[in-house]
Amino acid sequence: MSAIEHMPTYEPVLLKNMSQPGYTGSLPDYEKTGGYRALRNILGKVAPADVTQLVIKSGLRGRGGAGFPTGVKWGFLPKDYQGPRYLCCNADESEPGTFKDRQLIERDPHQILEGIVLACYAIGAESAYIYIRGEFVLGAKILEQAIGDARAAGYIGKNILGTGVHADVWVHRGAGAYICGEETALLESLEGKRGLPRVKPPFPATHGLYNKPTVVNNVETLANLPHIINRGPEWFAAIGSPPKSTGTRIFCVSGHVKRPGNYEVPMGITFRELIYEHAGGMRGDKAIKAFIPGGASAPFLTPDHLDVKMDFESVAAAGSMLGSGGVTVMEEGTSMVWAALRLMEFFYHESCGKCSPCREGSSWLVQTMRRIVAKRGRAQDLETLSDLCKNIAGRTVCAFGDAEVSPIMSTLKHWRHEYLALIHEAEAAHLLRPEPAAKRH
Amino acid sequence: MTLSEKYGTEIAEILSRYPVKRSALIPLLYLAQREGGYITEAAMIEIAGILKLTPPQVYETATFYTMLNLKPVGTFHIQVCKSLMCALVGSDTVIGWIKAKLGIGPGETTADGLFTLTAVECLAACGTGPMMQINDDYYERLTEEKVDRILADLKSTGSCALKTGPFMWPEPARNG
Ligand SMILES: Cc1cc2nc3c(=O)[nH]c(=O)nc-3n(C[C@H](O)[C@H](O)[C@H](O)COP(=O)(O)O)c2cc1C
Ligand code: SF4
Ligand code: FES
Repeated sequence: MSAIEHMPTYEPVLLKNMSQPGYTGSLPDYEKTGGYRALRNILGKVAPADVTQLVIKSGLRGRGGAGFPTGVKWGFLPKDYQGPRYLCCNADESEPGTFKDRQLIERDPHQILEGIVLACYAIGAESAYIYIRGEFVLGAKILEQAIGDARAAGYIGKNILGTGVHADVWVHRGAGAYICGEETALLESLEGKRGLPRVKPPFPATHGLYNKPTVVNNVETLANLPHIINRGPEWFAAIGSPPKSTGTRIFCVSGHVKRPGNYEVPMGITFRELIYEHAGGMRGDKAIKAFIPGGASAPFLTPDHLDVKMDFESVAAAGSMLGSGGVTVMEEGTSMVWAALRLMEFFYHESCGKCSPCREGSSWLVQTMRRIVAKRGRAQDLETLSDLCKNIAGRTVCAFGDAEVSPIMSTLKHWRHEYLALIHEAEAAHLLRPEPAAKRH
Repeated sequence: MTLSEKYGTEIAEILSRYPVKRSALIPLLYLAQREGGYITEAAMIEIAGILKLTPPQVYETATFYTMLNLKPVGTFHIQVCKSLMCALVGSDTVIGWIKAKLGIGPGETTADGLFTLTAVECLAACGTGPMMQINDDYYERLTEEKVDRILADLKSTGSCALKTGPFMWPEPARNG
């Protein structure tokens, strides 16, 4: 039997419709699969607070990166507040290694819209904005079209399905800035300002968009809601690694594998299974050298970690994080210092500049890394790197600071010898070149 | 023509989406660069007037975002992703091909004003790299042959059928 025949298969949830031949994601297609049934069964029939309870019971945790329990987050909104509240769907998808939201948006937009209206109902929001990264021009068009169709059919807008519930949805395009995926930077950007994260607290739950109570949820998080309503929180809570990591995840596999792409599996399968079964194993059957388990912000792991379970707690215990679900695989022969530099260049480019440890630190880190990779490094550079990283992590306005030091810290930990080899080469070459050390930078 | 003269109804529709006018700023800046490919100072001043902002407030926002161009770019803006996941599967080679074919490096525009090349960070197509975006369209799983055809098609007809999306990868099985 071939590897493919052995491959464990799981019932897809979020990718189910789009995996059917001929499914276009249009409103009639979505309705044929039972679409908008959850909305009909909930609006005006189940109290909003009970919808939140259902979501808490399902164990659903955010798919945007931080993994915060969704229903619990909704519960933080002030109960007695009378003014407007907002929902923002985070479709910024800018974490390198992540490309699942794009697929959900372009192939099954109504699944997301139904989730958005359900969330609006639960939190009492009458307006929702989908903040989509500016480069997703096609995705924005598809969403606009779907919103128009859903509005015409009475699923979105004023007095939805005659229930007296209002929920309007708009698409708001970003304009090229990774940091706008961070929820408070997203809100600033949506207010027409530079995307600079806000100091928290206060949190968006009380002071969000226009200083009003606001929930920010990721596309994939919201897309799960119709299924949780239709099939029950117990069904959802039994999938994956209960009690803390329930449901499926769409993992985005990139790098040196035979079949990169999006795979929806229950949380808790091993990295080995994802990489060697679903993604077909290593390109050219080479050995695996390293992998990043959860997007560019997640510390690198080694082949020793292949049997770690892909749930929030197990990956954290292994010293990394499940993050955004982007799994990047690197084969033997890939320079880990080079790989860390590539990611550092990304973070340097994307630092918003609001706080000095991140703004100045990212510049120093990228310069030091470039010097080492160019074989002009010196022995003290490793200490400089560690010092810089320690002085950035935990000392910044937003979690970007912790993220940007992950590639360097983790490759220094697991592949320090590669850094040393480059520096030794530099030192040896320097001995042959009579040039004052002070000039080497 | 001013933006209001050209896009009056569209501007009104955009403003109607938000309870606070300033939220319409990025949408209006997009409108301002729709035709010419970049945002002029006159457009920024006009937008400030529409939204009751000062021109520096408009400028402050406009300069933060990489997709808002304050300078002219080529008719076709080629953006090749150079982030790690694409680099692992050959994005540097793609930049090399384009350099060789068009004679421009990242940040440069061809003499005829047709192509501008930029090396950009992750565009959320990491499983189908190497990839590039040209104007609104994505092109994925690039090979040298594909790049040749894309550049030739754009030059001769202004569009290319190799553009990708609606995106799904791996592709669904065709027959059940
Ligand atoms: C630097 C940075 C970038 C982020 N980028 C994204 C993103 O592109 N998409 C996303 O959904 N969440 C992103 N997040 C997480 C959001 O701040 C927020 O936690 C999330 O949207 C909440 O939704 P969830 O609870 O459904 O996951 C980012 C966070 C940080 C610190
Ligand atoms: S940590 Fe970096 S990205 Fe976050 S607010 Fe500070 S400068 Fe901006
Ligand atoms: S790394 Fe190139 S698209 Fe993500």
